[in-house]
Amino acid sequence: MPTLTTVIWIVVALLLVGVYLSWTAGRLDRLHARIDAAKAALDATLLRRASIAQELATAGVLDPAASMVLYQAAHGARQAEEDQREVAESELSQALRAVFAESAQLEVVRAAPGGHETAAELGAAVRRVPMARRFHNDAVRAARALRRHRTVRWFRLAGHAASPLAFEMDDEPPPVLADRGHPAED
Amino acid sequence: MRIGVVCPYSWDVPGGVQFHVRDLAEHLTRLGHEVSVLAPSDDETPLPSYVVSAGRAVPVPYNGSVARLNFGFLSAARVRRWVHEGDFDVLHIHEPATPSLALLACWAAQGPIVATFHTSNPRSRAMIAAYPILQPALEKISARIAVSEYARRTLVEHLGGDAVTIPNGVDVGFFADAEPKPEWQGGPDGHTIGFIGRIDEPRKGLPVLMKALPAILEAAPGTRLLVAGRGDEQEAVAQLPRALRESVEFLGMVSDEDKARLLRSVDLYVAPNTGGESFGIILVEAMSAGAPVLASDLDAFEQVLDGGAAGELFPVEQADALAARAVDLLADPARRADLRKRGTRHVRRFDWSTVGADILAVYETVADGAASVAPDERTGLRARFGLARD
Repeated sequence: MPTLTTVIWIVVALLLVGVYLSWTAGRLDRLHARIDAAKAALDATLLRRASIAQELATAGVLDPAASMVLYQAAHGARQAEEDQREVAESELSQALRAVFAESAQLEVVRAAPGGHETAAELGAAVRRVPMARRFHNDAVRAARALRRHRTVRWFRLAGHAASPLAFEMDDEPPPVLADRGHPAED
Repeated sequence: MRIGVVCPYSWDVPGGVQFHVRDLAEHLTRLGHEVSVLAPSDDETPLPSYVVSAGRAVPVPYNGSVARLNFGFLSAARVRRWVHEGDFDVLHIHEPATPSLALLACWAAQGPIVATFHTSNPRSRAMIAAYPILQPALEKISARIAVSEYARRTLVEHLGGDAVTIPNGVDVGFFADAEPKPEWQGGPDGHTIGFIGRIDEPRKGLPVLMKALPAILEAAPGTRLLVAGRGDEQEAVAQLPRALRESVEFLGMVSDEDKARLLRSVDLYVAPNTGGESFGIILVEAMSAGAPVLASDLDAFEQVLDGGAAGELFPVEQADALAARAVDLLADPARRADLRKRGTRHVRRFDWSTVGADILAVYETVADGAASVAPDERTGLRARFGLARD
């Protein structure tokens, strides 16, 4: 009975295709969850950086001009709409680099009461932003690579989830805060 | 934090990755974290309390050499049980791109996974063939760490994506506080040059140093070369003229303490490696001990030496250049003192206090708000179609 064998083979093939599709959908699902976690972590590090910058700007340890520049940038970063955020956060990076262009400025902060902790927190915050951003964009890249796969496109395994976007910004920390050779920063 | 670390190589065989995992685990434990390390080991080997054995690794030919690897049903089950019982906040695996315990752990777990890529191997055939299988496992890694900019570049080329660079750690204080040994120190009648590494491993570069030695001895008579490491000593000096052979002293395998004392004592440390290095921990150790360093200009070495600012470089495998630089350095105490000073300043970024803080920052970034690590219960077809019973 050749027809029966053919039918069995077709059923087996369909079943295998089903398993493969289900597995791929699981992979995609996990990647989307990873992006969500990375996005939340990035959001937290950016907020943390903006809060410390704002705290520093209002503490009165910096000169008035530097305080205003820093306050404006930190405020802008915290209030930015989603589509303006990359620009606002980049501006905060630039403001921090400008304010902490010289190590003397950092010494001023350290000399204030409780300044050592604040300087250490700021250092940790500016170093963690590039870290969190790299992890986020790495997850986005992996998800986009899988979504481009023809199986995913033909069977619409991604469903209605919007294509994830990388977060592009200038996250270069001020050199005096990024220098790991400095003994007193941790 | 509860941290699970997976070491892919046998705990009873000394190696760079094993030492890194050991130091990391001990550093994190001192900071008050709960650390459990899963590593292959023989059943007879005594293990520190924080190490869980994943069974014996099987020697298999892989990628041109014999690797000791764990795979198969039993290993996978052990990994699963360890992940389940550990209930870790974060899982840190090492070398996930080799067919080993790390890959199994990546396969078996879900949740915040951090991976460190140590070697910068050229892309192997097996890796290309296994790419479709490897990729789904590597996709689970939330954060990738490369030990050097060089390792990061290869990682990005081979697997795509990105990684943060965190160097390997060194206990700087251990080397800086070691007691110099008078018989290893140079005196008025000659300087001492140090070399540490396998004698019979050509990639460690001892043959290059041996080729340069006659020229060094001619310009700086009385110089002694101290060699610490395993291998055939007769074969190593076979190329040297008989009269020069007594300038070379073999110390055999040395303990960690003696290694630190040797590095503290010598007037110059030479690293003539010809390749296969992705980091260069020995250079950091030498700089920590205050030894002026002369190294071949491998990508990894150049980076560890801050582009040549913290130590001298010579073109790889060029014995003449090595001899010329070594002679210059031995004749110039001011330059050596300057290198010592720069080296001591430069190594602070490799100290465990700095490296450990960076690694913890990575853990916190991926673990914040995420669920803890759990075995990956693959959703079966039935569940996906809503047919599972519970």
